[in-house]
Amino acid sequence: MLVLVCYDVSTVTAEGRRRLRRVADLCENHGVRVQFSLFECPIDQMTWLRLRHDLLQTMESDEDSLRFYFIDEDAKQKTEHHGVRKPLDLRGPLVF
Amino acid sequence: MTAQAQNVLYVLSDGAYLSRDHDTVVVKVDGERRAQVPICQIEGVAVLARAGVSPELLGGLVDAGVFVSFFGYGGRLLARVDGIPGGNVLLRKAQVRASDNAAATLALARSFVIGKVASERGQVRRASRDGNGESAEVFGAAADRLAIFSRRALEADNLDELRGIEGGAAREYFQVFDRLLKTDEADLRFNGRSRRPPADPINAMLSFGYALLMRDCAAALAGVGLDPAIGFLHEDRPGRLGLALDVMEELRAPVVDRLVIALVNRRQIGAAHFRKFEGARWEMTHDGRRSFIAAYQAAKSDQIKHIFLEQNASWGLVPHLQARLLARTLRGDIIAYPPFQLK
Repeated sequence: MLVLVCYDVSTVTAEGRRRLRRVADLCENHGVRVQFSLFECPIDQMTWLRLRHDLLQTMESDEDSLRFYFIDEDAKQKTEHHGVRKPLDLRGPLVF
Repeated sequence: MTAQAQNVLYVLSDGAYLSRDHDTVVVKVDGERRAQVPICQIEGVAVLARAGVSPELLGGLVDAGVFVSFFGYGGRLLARVDGIPGGNVLLRKAQVRASDNAAATLALARSFVIGKVASERGQVRRASRDGNGESAEVFGAAADRLAIFSRRALEADNLDELRGIEGGAAREYFQVFDRLLKTDEADLRFNGRSRRPPADPINAMLSFGYALLMRDCAAALAGVGLDPAIGFLHEDRPGRLGLALDVMEELRAPVVDRLVIALVNRRQIGAAHFRKFEGARWEMTHDGRRSFIAAYQAAKSDQIKHIFLEQNASWGLVPHLQARLLARTLRGDIIAYPPFQLK
């Protein structure tokens, strides 16, 4: 499945900036950053449960927000991208 | 095993450097950051250039069970990094015992040869159906002769005979291979199989494709806990991945040969993608290899039907499925190893 992870983490305190970094790291470990606070994660059920748990442990629910969108595999064909930062397709050929 | 075939990260740029950032691979080329890929999204890293990998990343990849393979320019495997062998020690011992047992070795070797000849025959039979007049006849006759090799393989009672049959079938198959290429480029003709060095661009492309396929087979075998080096049809030799070579026999024609033919016939690969060196040695250029790898990876997600398992799968999953069937054979769960066959 494909999960879209979006987040708002309050960065007014040093503690908040640390949380933001940790949330971003968790997402980077599992998916591809498509915009500043938006990640696409092609992920299996087990790995997703672990990632979700880690994210929820990290966030501060009275200051931050997290949103998860569960998307069909064919959503890629129904997606357009314009402008800079064209994200890497993790399922396509990875040749550098 | 996960349900989907995982991706392989290929490094083709000289001067690339891979390092670790948390659980991701950071790809830099000449100091410029090109990509960041989660380790959990890949099952292997293949380095085909003068490029480096940081020790921290090697450790992280090995912990995650991801192989790192380094290739020389012609596609020869130079080195492979993996951790302490995991998997099931009972299975590994069963593999070693079978390799020391003449009857078990012969039975497995026979399966590999039969699978290979069937794949070669499938390729020319399809061509005989699609071809016209004279060409259809030539392919039909070759398919009939390959059927005889299959029958002889069934009756062979020693390894030498089997290897002879395999070689004979390969000569038969490669004799008509050139006819499968529909191109007007004079350089893109096939003049018989030649390796070390490849004497024409088609041979260079075949060798390169087989190297990629062997890497995938070795990773799949190690993934189920088998030792890719202990082969049956292929004799043990230091540095050689005998079992990976065994398992890839039946996949050469439907995976690599089919791709080579398609790329030439669709004009996606041309003579400009190759370079000739001294001593009539041909190699793919950087661009050529890049196009070939992209097509090879894309082909891995094409769906096929696995006859024995009666399930749909992608090409990329086939080495994994065959590795599991081989493990089941060695454990004694199934009587004989069923080679992969297309309908």
